[in-house]
Amino acid sequence: MTGKVQPMTARSPLRTRASVAAGRVTAWLSRKSGLGSGGMIGGRVTLKLDPQALRRLGRERTVLLVTGTNGKTTTSLMLARSVEALAEVAHNSEGANMPDGVLSALARRPSAPYAVLEVDETYVPWVAEQVDPAVLVLLNLSRDQLDRVGEVRSLERDLRAAIAKMENTHVVANCDDVLVTSAASAAANPVWVGTVRRWTDDSTSCPRCGGPIVQEGRQWRSDCGLVRPEPAWQLEGNEVRTPDGSSVALDLRLPGDANRSNAAMALAAANCVGVSPDTATGRLTSITDIGGRYRTVRRGEHAVRLMLAKNPAGWAETLHVLEKDAPVVVAVNAHEADGRDMSWLWDVRFEELRGRKVIAAGERCADLAVRLRYAEVDYTMQADPVAAIDAVRPGGVDLVANYTAFRDLLGRLPNDN
Amino acid sequence: MTTDSDRRTQFAAEPAKKSSMSTARIGLILPEVLGTYGDSGNAHVLCKRLQWRGHDAEVVPVLLGEPVPNSLDIYLLGGGEDGAQALATEHLRKRIGLGKAVENGAIVLAICAGLQVLGTRFRGSDGVDHEGLGLLDVVTEPGEPGTPRAVSELVAEGGAILGGEALTGFENHQGRTKLGEGSIPLGRVVSGTGNGDGTEGAVTGHVVGTYLHGPALARNPALADLLLTWLLGHELEPLDMPEVEQLRAERFAAAKRRRA
Repeated sequence: MTGKVQPMTARSPLRTRASVAAGRVTAWLSRKSGLGSGGMIGGRVTLKLDPQALRRLGRERTVLLVTGTNGKTTTSLMLARSVEALAEVAHNSEGANMPDGVLSALARRPSAPYAVLEVDETYVPWVAEQVDPAVLVLLNLSRDQLDRVGEVRSLERDLRAAIAKMENTHVVANCDDVLVTSAASAAANPVWVGTVRRWTDDSTSCPRCGGPIVQEGRQWRSDCGLVRPEPAWQLEGNEVRTPDGSSVALDLRLPGDANRSNAAMALAAANCVGVSPDTATGRLTSITDIGGRYRTVRRGEHAVRLMLAKNPAGWAETLHVLEKDAPVVVAVNAHEADGRDMSWLWDVRFEELRGRKVIAAGERCADLAVRLRYAEVDYTMQADPVAAIDAVRPGGVDLVANYTAFRDLLGRLPNDN
Repeated sequence: MTTDSDRRTQFAAEPAKKSSMSTARIGLILPEVLGTYGDSGNAHVLCKRLQWRGHDAEVVPVLLGEPVPNSLDIYLLGGGEDGAQALATEHLRKRIGLGKAVENGAIVLAICAGLQVLGTRFRGSDGVDHEGLGLLDVVTEPGEPGTPRAVSELVAEGGAILGGEALTGFENHQGRTKLGEGSIPLGRVVSGTGNGDGTEGAVTGHVVGTYLHGPALARNPALADLLLTWLLGHELEPLDMPEVEQLRAERFAAAKRRRA
């Protein structure tokens, strides 16, 4: 499965080259005008001009796709770093994971023999059909942005149908996620990875028969026969057990079980294209933040640790990596990219923040305030997250924001440690 | 096998306290299938609004495969997608607890798919008709081909039982619901879709259905307290919650801007 790659100019039809060029100009304009980072709009122009562009740009490369509700950006960065041990990798590192963002990443590195692409879960069937991936990584599926993505169970069915058609793809899947297991079971030879998961509210009834899922320790099963497969790779504490029975130690700079689980998935996926677990783990230690997440920035007398959590499953993990006793600023918006519906706040166990100093921030801080009041959390409200930081006592602050709140904040805080 | 208690604690907002005769028991019905998005929040809101007024209250999750007790005070049914909705209906039709409880005066709040399940009949997007529980006099169909899914903020003018208090929430559904003579609307749509004919929700006795999904009671304290007034048998002093007033004002203003 080695990528046989020629420079793009030698094989791309004129139309694709022209469309990519037009896309690059638009991306440059987008960055210059301050309207965006360029990743999305550039791809959008290219795709409009040449609908086959993704197929052409993805052809004859070894493409690894990463999808799931949470951890796409982190896992794809881990995987890209690992695969770079082999050769140049095209990678949508900015988290632009719609078709246009995927296309931009390929167009920026036309001669890279490998591509590691995170893909929005709803676009996986379409993107996979275009690029015929060597590897598909399925991290997890949970409720997120129901107004945009739709219900997670219908998403699982779509992925299952798409996977059934992927004959040349190694499907690397998290067997602790019932929905992921159901979808990945459609593959001929899935590579199962055992992880650690806290959010299970979307794994209580079977996606196949609707009956209850019975949990016993790590194992789970449904009456219809869907059971937790035996994983070839298993995260155990800070180590990953590999298929040959040996273990490699993770030495991550990123906190929490969610990131250790992402790393286990990345190791299994990298192994599919010939990167050994030892090589891959060595390359993961250099990752200190993910597009600003987990970065600590100084603001006045505050050391602010930045975290992203945008849905209940993400929050379930984030609540466990908060600094003990540090004040917490929570910033929530409800733009299209966040989901317009704030109901998800009621699936987060904010009760666990009792006893802390909490500031409700963001454009929808009133929604959050109501949730915190019912959780009996002592909070104050300050819509501007930067003002919220300034309002707490000097020292460490944990700041957790959802997607657009995080993006807006990054632009307003110093870009150093 | 500790399964059932594990599954149960997952849905109970608070560890269940030892209940006494006077403890209000709020049933969260089939949260695994009728709990798409924040639906357990309604149980939590009712529980807290009782506790803050000095009453004992607890949330009792009723899970798939279990009998549905007829002894609970309030039954909450949340939203769910088609397959789950059919499964929930089948479960509830086989176990007569909910119908018996309603005969005895129990209070029911059913959201979105829950509203459809409580009607006399609903048709899923697969075109299959399902007999509902018949606790509300409503029939739901997906609407004519090409009917868009209703996904937006919903504002409604509350009916007389809400003292005219406006309702706010988010809706996300395909079904269009027609009321028969046995139910009255909960409100009249100001913006959004609701039932699809200008009305929103349905009420028969102490059974209430609405398309305000997720934690509707968090945004609509008048609706929460209406249910609790029925439960306690007397009027309640309002709770002072400025954040709820702020949230309502923001949502009404946002809906008004969109209409303008």
